[in-house]
Amino acid sequence: MAKKYEKPVILKVQTGMMNKFGSSPYYTRKVRTEIDGVAINELVEKFGSPLFVFSETALRQKYRAYYNSFSTRYPNVAFGWSYKTNYLPAVCSILHQEGAIAEVVSEMEYDKARSIGIPGDKIIFNGPYKNLSALEKAVKEGAMINIDHFDEIYDLEKVADKLKKKIKVGMRVNMDTGIYPQWSRFGLNLDSGQAMDAVKRMVSKGKLVLNGLHCHIGTFILEPNAYAVEIEKMIKFGYEVEEKFKMKIEYYDIGGGFPSKSKLKGTYQEPDVMIPSVDEYAESISTSLFRNLRGGDLPKLYLETGRAIVDEAGYLITSIIASKRLPDGRKSYIADAGVNLLYTSFWYKYNIEIDRQVDGTNEPAIINGPLCMNIDVIEEGRLLPPMEKGTRLILSPVGAYNVTQWMQFIEFRPNVVLIGTNKEVDIIREAEDLSDITRREKLPERLKLNLNSP
Amino acid sequence: MNRLSKLAVNSEGFIFDPTTGDSYTVNPTGLFIINSLRDGKEIDQIAEELSKEFEDTPEEISKDISEFVSHLYTYNLY
Ligand SMILES: Cc1ncc(COP(=O)(O)O)c(C=O)c1O
Repeated sequence: MAKKYEKPVILKVQTGMMNKFGSSPYYTRKVRTEIDGVAINELVEKFGSPLFVFSETALRQKYRAYYNSFSTRYPNVAFGWSYKTNYLPAVCSILHQEGAIAEVVSEMEYDKARSIGIPGDKIIFNGPYKNLSALEKAVKEGAMINIDHFDEIYDLEKVADKLKKKIKVGMRVNMDTGIYPQWSRFGLNLDSGQAMDAVKRMVSKGKLVLNGLHCHIGTFILEPNAYAVEIEKMIKFGYEVEEKFKMKIEYYDIGGGFPSKSKLKGTYQEPDVMIPSVDEYAESISTSLFRNLRGGDLPKLYLETGRAIVDEAGYLITSIIASKRLPDGRKSYIADAGVNLLYTSFWYKYNIEIDRQVDGTNEPAIINGPLCMNIDVIEEGRLLPPMEKGTRLILSPVGAYNVTQWMQFIEFRPNVVLIGTNKEVDIIREAEDLSDITRREKLPERLKLNLNSP
Repeated sequence: MNRLSKLAVNSEGFIFDPTTGDSYTVNPTGLFIINSLRDGKEIDQIAEELSKEFEDTPEEISKDISEFVSHLYTYNLY
């Protein structure tokens, strides 16, 4: 019988390295034919490629795992859904149904939360830029405003004058928690006394009443103890303020930053080994709370976990549209999704699954996107089997930060679908077409082309 | 081409380049192509023979061959 055809491959034998032919079938085995019971084929046939797919089941499960891990350790806890991580209304609504309030960092996000039905008093309003009218609206609607800098104190005092009332506010602080990089750009610094100066200013004018402290120490924090340090410093400061100025700190908002099971570039170990579990974070945080809070004092704990809740609920299906051999010998695959859709590919290496079993030898390959731009590389080097045009790759986790930071550049943004808990599939954001781009563009009359004129 | 004739190639697909001391491995289709090139055959002819020798050969087989040849070229073997 004739032998089965395989794409011809040649590999250089590296001395000192195991390179037995076909010794690395690992990635060929990473086959995924469905997401939540819905076939990849069916999804692409109906909704096109590339395609973002979200799993409602995974999203709800993740939220519940986080909520339960914290609520079983500390009795007064709530989550604020970090809109910038993913503000598709379907995703936000699922998390709001689960009990999360909204955490927004701009007027746009604030209005978005309001437009899907979240009342102002269920919104945490963070961020370095909240203009005067946004502040006034947020105050009137009872939002929790966390002050980022002195200029915002002045603006809020103006709002207090205008509305003739005292305003309850929170304040964002930053500090050294022993991790690098230290996010010191946002909020007022605890260690230098800047935060205390800000409180003194509020007290001296008597228009703002501090009732909460907020901090976000960074993202993809792999060290649970950093949160214990954060909490200890915040609570110490809180009690100092309470004693000096007869205020009550009603909430401590410790921000987000827990990692998802994604692989940060430059890290060697697999995420399963590297990433602490939610319980390790919850344990570190609750232990620090009980160690530092006074008996009977149970202020509200807010968490603004973004990435860790939504990242693993999102997949991107992309199709191989061509392949070529690069002059350096590597194989390059061109996919129909690139950095235009995958902003996080600059920092993270995705899990890559293939929609079918592919025979043949793995070889070093890169995956480029469709953009005619040198930077459009979504995978810089991985052993992949020889894949035919039309093969589909399923990249994950991609649920965090991509469908907010993607860009309309050269290509349109594709459909985003949600697979419901009963396998129903709904479009939650429609693919764009040319009209989305031209709708806002204006061509002055004098520039209109008349190709019939000489 | 000249370089290909100098390679030591065994039937398992193990290749030794005496000029550089480098070794390579190829899969059965790759081996078939290398042997055909060493016999001085053209890509069209190789494509035809490959599809007789192997099952389920794809339509764009000449593309696979030319890609393989460019890979040989990047290794300085062709
Ligand atoms: C204030 C604030 N809260 C929450 C988040 C969400 O962070 P993460 O996705 O790392 O949990 C961010 C992200 O930068 C943030 O700036």
